[in-house]
Amino acid sequence: MNLLTVLPRAVGRGSLTALAHLGRLGLMALEMVRGLADWRIWIPRTIQEIATIGVGSLFIVVLISAFAGAVTAFQSGYQWQTSLPMYVLGTLIVSTIVLELGPVLIGLVLAGRIGARYAAELGTMRVTEQIDALESLGRSPSSHLIIPRVLAGLVVVPALTIIANVIAVLVGWWSVKQVLPITDADFVYGAQFYYRPFDGYYSVIKAFFFGGAITLISCYMGFNTQQGAEGVGRATTAAVVASSVVILVINAFLARVLLN
Amino acid sequence: MIEIKGLCKRFGEQLVLNGVDFDVREGETVALLGPSGCGKSVLLKHINGLIRPDAGEVLVDGLEVTRLTRKELTALRTRIGYVFQNGALFDSMNTFENIRLGLSDESQYKDQAYCEARVAECLRLVNLTQDTALKYPAQLSGGMRKRVGIARAIADQPKYLLYDEPTSGLDPVNADIIDELVKRLDNELGVTSVMVTHDVRGAFRVANRLALLTGGRVLLQGTQQDFLESDDPSVREFLERDFDNRPLAA
Repeated sequence: MNLLTVLPRAVGRGSLTALAHLGRLGLMALEMVRGLADWRIWIPRTIQEIATIGVGSLFIVVLISAFAGAVTAFQSGYQWQTSLPMYVLGTLIVSTIVLELGPVLIGLVLAGRIGARYAAELGTMRVTEQIDALESLGRSPSSHLIIPRVLAGLVVVPALTIIANVIAVLVGWWSVKQVLPITDADFVYGAQFYYRPFDGYYSVIKAFFFGGAITLISCYMGFNTQQGAEGVGRATTAAVVASSVVILVINAFLARVLLN
Repeated sequence: MIEIKGLCKRFGEQLVLNGVDFDVREGETVALLGPSGCGKSVLLKHINGLIRPDAGEVLVDGLEVTRLTRKELTALRTRIGYVFQNGALFDSMNTFENIRLGLSDESQYKDQAYCEARVAECLRLVNLTQDTALKYPAQLSGGMRKRVGIARAIADQPKYLLYDEPTSGLDPVNADIIDELVKRLDNELGVTSVMVTHDVRGAFRVANRLALLTGGRVLLQGTQQDFLESDDPSVREFLERDFDNRPLAA
C-alpha cells in the first residue's frame, strides 16, 4: 500500500464518518423540534437543569472571571506607555473582557464542566439501557433528556457570561489601580468612551451560540455512546474536545459576520 | 400474537440475525434460548421497535412494527412491558418514581393517590416490601433491581411482557425466585411473554414453548418434549452443556 491509495481511502472514510455524524445530529435536532410539543414534560426539567448547572457552575465562573480580570489589568499595566492617556486603560480592559475574554473563556470552561457532565450522564444512561427503557415506556428521550439540557445551556451560558463580564471588569478595575496611578473617573470615562451597547449584545450572542454548541454536541455524543465504560470515557472526551473546537470556530465566524 | 418473519439484522460487518422466523401465541410464555452473543436481545428489541430490522417483518397483533407512525409505535409500546437485563432503572429516581414512570396515561401519572396504590400493588406482585418504594437503585441488590424492573414493566398492565435475561448475574436461589415470579405473573396477569435466557433449566421451568437461536436463525421452536426428543446435534449440545436433563426427561 502506498500513499496514493491510503490517503484517498482515509479521506473518504473520514468524510463518510463526518457525514454520518452530521446526519445523526440532524435527526436529533429534528427529534427535538418534534419533542417541543411535550412542553409539560420539558419545562419543569429545563428549570431543574438551569438550577443545577447554573448554580453548580457559578463558583468556577466567578473564580475564573476574577483572575481573568486581574491578569488583563496587570498585563495592561506591564505594557503601559506613558504617552497614552490613562483612560485608555478603561477602554482596553472593558473591551478585551466583554468582546472576547469573557464569553470565550467562560465558553471553554463550561465546555469542560457542562459538556463532560452531559456526555457522561447520557452516555451512562445509554450503556445501562436507561434510554432504551425510556423509549420502551413510550416516552420520548428527546423531551425528557435532550431538550431540557439544550435549553438550559442556552439560558445558563449567556447568564453566566454576563456575570463573568461584570466580575472581570470590576476586578480588572480594582487591579489596574494597584499597578498604575489611574483614578476611578479615568477608568469610567475610558470604559464608556469607546463602549457601544452592541458590544454587550455581541458578548451575549456569542455566549448563546456557545451554550447551544456545548449542549447539543455533548448530548449528541452521550446519546450515541457505545461499548460500555470505555465508550462513556471516549464520548466524554470527544464532547469536550469537539465543543471547544466548535466554540473557537463559532467565535471566528461571529467576529467576521457581526463585527463588520 | 407476535410473529417474526425472515428477520435480518447486521451491525457493521457482523450479521447477527439471518432470516429469523419466530412466533408467540396469545397467553403463552416462550423462552428464547441461545448462547451468549447470538442475538437474543437484539431479536427481543425488534418486537417493541427499539431496533429496526434490515429485512423481514415484525408483527404484533397484526401490526407491522416497522411501518407504524411515531404515535402508533408509542401506543404499541404501552401494551408491551420490557424487562431489561440489569433493570435499567433510572438512577436519579427512587423506586416509586421508577415504577410510576411505567404509567403511560398522563392523568393516571399525575394522580398521586392512584400512583401510590398502583406502585404498592406492583411491589406486592413482585414480592417487594412497601418500604422499597423510597429506596434508590443504588440501595437495591441485583435481585431487587430486577424485580423493580419487572414492577415497572407491569405498572401499565401490558398485554405482552418481554424479559431480557431476567436471571443473569443472580445466584441460583435468586434465579429460582425470579423464575417463579415470572411464572406466577404470567398466570396472575394473563400476559403473553417472551423470555430471553441462556439458562435452560429456568426456561424449562417457566415456558410453555422454547426456541433455540443460534447462527442467526431459530434452529428449533417447540415444546419441552420437542427439545428433549430432538436429534439435532446443536440442540443436544446446548441442552447437555447447560444441564443434565435426565430428571426432566424422566
